Amino acid sequence: MRPFLYSDTLPSKSEPNTRFLAGGTTLVDLMKLDVERPEQLVDLNRATLPDDLDRIEVTSGGLVLGALVRMADAADHPEVKSAYPVVAQSLMLAASQQIRNMASLGGNVLQRTRCAYFRDVSYDACNKRTPGSGCAARDGHNRLHAVLGTSDACIAAYPGDFAQAMIALDAVVETDQRKFAFAELHRSAAQPHLETILRPGEMIRSFSVPAGDFRRSVYLKIRDRESYAFALTSAAVALQMSGDRVGDVRIALGGLAYQPWRASEAEAVLNGQVLDEASAVKAADAAFADATGLEYNTFKIETGRQTLIRALLQAKAMEV
Amino acid sequence: MNEDPTPHHRPTGHPVSRRSLLSRSAGIAAAPLAVSGFAAQPAVAQSAASDPRALMPVTLRVNGRDHRIAVDVRTTLLDALRENLGLTGSKKGCDQGQCGACTVTVAGRRVLSCLTLAVSAQDSEVATIEGLSSNGEMHPMQQAFIDHDAFQCGYCTPGQIMSAVSCIAEGHANDAAEIREYMSGNLCRCAAYPNIVAAIEQAKAKMGT
Repeated sequence: MRPFLYSDTLPSKSEPNTRFLAGGTTLVDLMKLDVERPEQLVDLNRATLPDDLDRIEVTSGGLVLGALVRMADAADHPEVKSAYPVVAQSLMLAASQQIRNMASLGGNVLQRTRCAYFRDVSYDACNKRTPGSGCAARDGHNRLHAVLGTSDACIAAYPGDFAQAMIALDAVVETDQRKFAFAELHRSAAQPHLETILRPGEMIRSFSVPAGDFRRSVYLKIRDRESYAFALTSAAVALQMSGDRVGDVRIALGGLAYQPWRASEAEAVLNGQVLDEASAVKAADAAFADATGLEYNTFKIETGRQTLIRALLQAKAMEV
Repeated sequence: MNEDPTPHHRPTGHPVSRRSLLSRSAGIAAAPLAVSGFAAQPAVAQSAASDPRALMPVTLRVNGRDHRIAVDVRTTLLDALRENLGLTGSKKGCDQGQCGACTVTVAGRRVLSCLTLAVSAQDSEVATIEGLSSNGEMHPMQQAFIDHDAFQCGYCTPGQIMSAVSCIAEGHANDAAEIREYMSGNLCRCAAYPNIVAAIEQAKAKMGT
C-alpha cells in the first residue's frame, strides 16, 4: 500500500486525489492491491458529520437510507424487510455478515468491479485502470464478465446487489451538492475509467425511494456457491398487480451488465398483461435481446433469462 | 561453528519457542514507547500529518486495556494487534477480506480486522479471541468447539469463534440453516463446517440466549 495522508476532518474544499473512507471493504482492499492510490483519506468513521447520514426512515413518503447506514443494519431493519423486501434481500444476500457490518450503503454503490484483470496491476491492459491501455478480459478468462451494456473498451460486470434494488425502485441520490436519479449515478462503458457522475469531493448523503407499494418485491441471486459470493446473475423485481394483470412492474438485472441495469424492455412487455410463465418468458427474451456473450460467459444469457423468469413468478406468488 | 547465534542451535540456555520469541519481540518493540512516550519519537506526527510516512500515535482499546502505539497510517488493525500488541490469536489468512480468519469485534460488531485501518479503530472497543475467556474459564463457545471437534488445523478457529459468538448475540443462530448463512464469511479449508454448526448450537444453549 502506498503512503497517504490520513485525516479525520472533512476538507473545506475539494482536494485532489482524496477518498472518503467508510467501511473500507473495497477501498482498503484495492489500496493493498495498488489499484487505488489515494494521496489522502478522509475517515468518515471518525469525522464529525451530520446525524442524518445514518438514518433509516420508512414513512408514508417513502424510504430514506442515509449513506453511512451499514449494510447489515438496513438488511435487518424490520420495516425495510416488510415494506421493501427487494432492498433488504439485496443487502442480506451480499457479502458476509462481517462485511455487511462494515460496509456503508454509500460505499456499496461505488464498489468497483471484480474483474480479475482490473484487480491485478501486473496486467498492463485495463482501460478502467489506465485509459487507452486495452482490455485483457476480452480475450481472457471472462466467465464472470458482463453480457449487457459492454463496450469495446470494457466488459467488466458491476458487482453490487443493492444498486439493482435502487435502480428498480426509481431511487433518488442526494449528495452534499445536488439530487439526481439513481439511474444517472453510474456511467456507461464508453469511458471505463469514469465510473460515476460524482465530482471530486462530492459525497453521497442519502438514497430515497419515492412512495409506492413495494411489498411484492424480490431479489433473486444466483451464485457459484450458496452464500458469500458475487452474483453470476440476479434479478430485482417489484410488482404491483391490478386484478390478475400487471399494474406496474420494475425490473433490474445484476451480475450481467456493465452498470446497474434497468430492464425497461421487459417491463414494457409485461405492463397490463397477465403474468404467467409464457409472458415471463417473453419479458426475459426482451431483456436479453441485445445481450452478447464472449468465450466463457455466454452461459450467463440463459442463466439470466431463467433468473428473471423465476423472480417474476416468485414475486407474483408472494402473499402480501 | 560453536558460535552459531540462532536460538535453536545454542548448546546452552532455555529453548525458545517460535511463539514466545515472537511475543518477546513484540514486547521489546513496544517497550520504548511505553517508557518514553510519543514526544521522544521525532517521526511521530502531532496532528494531521503533513508527511504521509510519519508515524501516528494511536490508542487502541483492546479487551478492556488501552494500548498506546505509534503506527504508519497504512497499518491494518490486524497487523497492529499481531505485530504491535503481540496478540497473535487473530489470524492472517487471505489478508483481503475473503476468509474471516481475522474476525474481531469493534464496538461490539464482528468485522474483518484485515480491512480495518488501525487508525480507524481508535476510540472503539476492540475484542479479540484473547479476551474471550474469563478467570481462566473458557467461554462456552471455546468449550463447544472442543466438545464437537470443530476444527482440524485450527488456523481459522479464532475467527470462527469470534464470529460465532457474534452470530448468537445478533440473534442469527435460530436454526442450522441460519447459522450456516450467517457464518459464511468464515472459511474452513479443513471443512469442519458440520461440527462448527453443532458447536454453535451447543454454545447457544449454554449462553442462555
